[in-house]
Amino acid sequence: MSSNRSLEPSSLSLNDLPWQIRYNNDRCTLCGQCTAVCPVKAIELKVFQKRIIKTSVQPEKGHTNDYDSFYGIRQKTRVENACIGCAMCTLVCPNDAIAPVKNPGLDRLKFHINQNGIPRRRGGRRNSSDSILDRIKFIRISMLTDPALDAGRHEFEMRTLLGRVLSPRENMKRLKEKGWIPPVREIYPLIIGGMSFGALSPTMWEGLQMGVAYLNEELSMPVRICTGEGGCPPRLLRSRFLKYVILQIASGYFGWDEIIHAIPHMKEDPCAIEIKYGQGAKPGDGGLLMWHKVNKLIAAIRGVPPGVSLPSPPTHQTQYSIEESVAKMILSMSMAWGFRVPVYPKISASSTSLAVLNNLARNDYASGLAIDGEDGGTGAAYAVSMDHMGHPIASCIRDNYLNLTKIGKQNEIPIFAGGGVGKNGNLSANAAALIMLGASGVQIGKYAMQAAAGCVGTEEDRCNVCNLGICPKGITSQDPRLYRRLDPEDVAQRIVDLFVSFDTELKKIVAPLGRSTSLPIGMSDALGIDDYAAAERLSIKYGV
Amino acid sequence: MCRLFALTSHDPVSPMMAIKALDVMKEGHDGSGMGLMLQGLGGPFEEMKEAPILSGIFTEEGIRKLDLFMMDQGFLTKYKISLKTPKTQVEGIPKRNLYLIRAYELPEGWDPLSQEEIAERLMMTRLKIREMGEEKKDMMVFSFWPDTIMIKEIGDPMQLADYLGLDRKELSARIIMAQGRQNTNYAINLYACHPFFIKGYCTMTNGENTAFTPIRDFLSSRGFPGYVGYESDSEVFAHILHYSMVGLGLGIDAYKHVITPLQDDDLQKHPDREFLGHLKRTCRPLIIDGPNCVIGTLPDHSLFMVQDRKKLRPGVVGGRPGL
Repeated sequence: MSSNRSLEPSSLSLNDLPWQIRYNNDRCTLCGQCTAVCPVKAIELKVFQKRIIKTSVQPEKGHTNDYDSFYGIRQKTRVENACIGCAMCTLVCPNDAIAPVKNPGLDRLKFHINQNGIPRRRGGRRNSSDSILDRIKFIRISMLTDPALDAGRHEFEMRTLLGRVLSPRENMKRLKEKGWIPPVREIYPLIIGGMSFGALSPTMWEGLQMGVAYLNEELSMPVRICTGEGGCPPRLLRSRFLKYVILQIASGYFGWDEIIHAIPHMKEDPCAIEIKYGQGAKPGDGGLLMWHKVNKLIAAIRGVPPGVSLPSPPTHQTQYSIEESVAKMILSMSMAWGFRVPVYPKISASSTSLAVLNNLARNDYASGLAIDGEDGGTGAAYAVSMDHMGHPIASCIRDNYLNLTKIGKQNEIPIFAGGGVGKNGNLSANAAALIMLGASGVQIGKYAMQAAAGCVGTEEDRCNVCNLGICPKGITSQDPRLYRRLDPEDVAQRIVDLFVSFDTELKKIVAPLGRSTSLPIGMSDALGIDDYAAAERLSIKYGV
Repeated sequence: MCRLFALTSHDPVSPMMAIKALDVMKEGHDGSGMGLMLQGLGGPFEEMKEAPILSGIFTEEGIRKLDLFMMDQGFLTKYKISLKTPKTQVEGIPKRNLYLIRAYELPEGWDPLSQEEIAERLMMTRLKIREMGEEKKDMMVFSFWPDTIMIKEIGDPMQLADYLGLDRKELSARIIMAQGRQNTNYAINLYACHPFFIKGYCTMTNGENTAFTPIRDFLSSRGFPGYVGYESDSEVFAHILHYSMVGLGLGIDAYKHVITPLQDDDLQKHPDREFLGHLKRTCRPLIIDGPNCVIGTLPDHSLFMVQDRKKLRPGVVGGRPGL
C-alpha cells in the first residue's frame, strides 16, 4: 500500500496477523507448491523490486543505481486470506524455505474477523490448553502390603458396560420371573465419539470404521464408534459391522429416514442409540454443516437438498422438555429395535446436568448418560460458543457420579465423559482420571483426528477451518482433491495403533494401583492434585 | 503380613490353641494387634445360647453409660466375664479399663418378636452403643450377638493372650477365628481390626482390597444402617457377605462369584453362565480386585474360605476327626 492512500478500517499489516509466513528467498526454487496447497490462499507468487546502489571511489564518476526484479512469496493481509498456521506450505516445500510462525505479540485479526456482520465460525475447540485433567496424578501406588501388578504380564479385564444395569436385587427378580432386563453391552472404555459423515470426509470415515472393525475382529477389543448426526451409509446399516456402531440421532434428524427404512434389513442391531441433546463445544447450540460441505453424497445420506447449510436446531423441536424426551424419545427408539438396543442421551456438561441425571435415574429405559465438556471439538460452530460457553468435564462428571452414589445407583446408569480428553496428548492419563472420578468410559473425537489422520489443529487457533471444507489434510473436506490425500487404510492402521497403545498405557496406570479385574470406576482414593480448591471440589486428595 | 487362623472343633477348645497357631506363623514384626472371634461357646455360656453377648472395651465412665442405656432398653445382665489385667503394663499394649464380655437377658417386650426382628434390634443396639462412644472414645463395641464373643486389642498376640489371661477355663469355643494384625496401611484403630461381624456373618482377611473406595460407596448407599464403619478396607468383606446372602438371598457359593467373578472366557463355559453373567454385571462394584484370602463364618456356624484369582494368598485347609 502506498503511504499516501486512504486506509480501510480492516487494512491489516503482517504484524496484525496471528500467523506470519517466514520465507527464505535464497532457498526457494519457485516451484509453486506452497501457493497451490495453501487452503486459504494466504500466499501468492509476487514480483519484488530490488535496488542495487553502486558507489564509486572516484567522485567524478558519481554513484549509480541498478534496478532489478526477482520473484518470491508474499503473504496476503486481507482478513479472508489470513494465514491459519496449518503449515501445509512447510510440508510441501522441497527446500524448507517457508514456514508459518505464530505472532509473538497480540494479533489484531480478531477485531476484524466479523466482516459483513457475520461473527467468526470455525472448527476445532476452545482455544485454551489449560487442563485440570493433566494436573491429576495417580498417587495411591500399591507398595508393601499389596505389591503392584505387572502391567506387561498380568491379565486385565478393562471393559465397561454400556446400558442400564438393574440393581442386583431387581435384576435377580426379573431373571427368575423371566421379565425384561435392559440390554447391556460390554465394550471397551474408550469410544470414538460422534463425528458425522459430512463433517468428516468419506476417506476419514471409512478409515475409522475399518480401524474399529479390525480392533474388534482381529484383536478382540470391543471398540465402538458413534456416527454423529449425519446418518449412516446404507451399506454399513445392512452389514454385520453395524454392531460396532452407535447410531446418533440429533435435533436435525439427518439420515434417520434412511436408518428407519433399513431396520427390517439389518443383520445386526447397532451397539446403541445416542440421542444428542447437546455438545460440549457449543452447548445449547445445534449441529452445523455449512453448505460448502453438503455435496450430492452427503445430501443423499442426510435426505436433504445439496448445497445448503444444515443448522440443526438447538433442541429437539418435537419436544418440550427433558422429561418428555425421556418419556418419548428414549422409549420410541427402544421400541424401534424391540427393546434390544441401549438408548442414552448425550448432553453438554452443565451446572444443570444433575437434573437430567435424576430424571434418567427414574427411567429404566435410559441406558446411560454421555456428558460432553467444554473442551469438546466440533466441525463448525460460532467461535464465541466454543471459547466461552460450557462447563469443565471433570467436576461435572464428579458431581454426577457422587449424586448417583448418594442415591445408590452408581452401577446402574453409566456416565460417559467426553470433551478435551487427551487435548494435550495425555489420553490415557486423562481417561483414567475421569474413570476414577466416576465415568464408566470416555469418548474421544479430535484426539482420533489428530492421532489417526494428522489433524494439525491446536488450542492456539491453528488451522481450525473444518467448517469450510478446505481441510488441508482431507479429514473434514468433501472435496475429492483434498480427501484423496488421506488413505483410509492408513487411518485404520493409526486407529489400531492408538487403541493398542492406549490399552498398554491404561494397564501401566492401573497395575501400580493394584487393579486388574475390573475397571476402577470411582476409585477416587487413587487421585491427587496440587491445587487445594480443586481437590476439595473433586473430593480427591490434595498432594503437593 | 496378616496371619489368619480358624478352627472348628467337636468339643470346645481354648482360644490359646488358635493364638499359638498364629505365633507359629509369625514372621518379622507383627505386633499391631489381634482379633479373636469365638462361637459355639463352651463353659458357662453353653447354657445360654439365646442370650446376646456384648463384647467390647469400656472406660469406667463408658461402663456407667452402658449400664444406664442397657437398663433403659430393658436388658438385664445374665452373666459376665471380666478380663482383669495385671497391674504392670506391658510395652506395646495400651492400658484399658475393662474388657467386657457380658451376656444379657432380652427385654421382656421382645418376646413376641420374630428372630429377624430381634436380629435387627440387636444390630441397632450395637450401632447405638458404638455411636454413643464415638465422641469420648469411652465405649468400643465389637459384637452384640448370641453365642459370640469378640476380643480385639493392639499388641503381640502371645503377649496379649498372657496379659488378658485368655487361657482361663470359662473361655472355650467350637469355632475360633484369630487374626494377627499388621495393619500397615491405615492408622491403628481397633475398629479396623479383624474379624468383622454383622448379624451373624463374620469375616477376616489377608491382603489388600484395592477396590475399597467404590465398594464402600456402593454398600453405604444400600440404605442399610449396618453398612457403616469402614475403618479398614477389609470390613467390606463381611458386609458384602451379608449383602449377597441376606440382601440378595444367594448362597455362600455365590459370594465367591460376587467378590471375584469368573473371567469372561471361563464364564462362557460355565453351566450356570446366564445367572453368573447377570451377577457379575449387577454386582460389578463389589468386585474386590484383591489379592485377598477371606475366612469367615455364617450364622449357622459353618466356616468358609475364599480366595481371589489375582495373586494367590496362601490358605491351607486340613484337620483331623473332632478338630
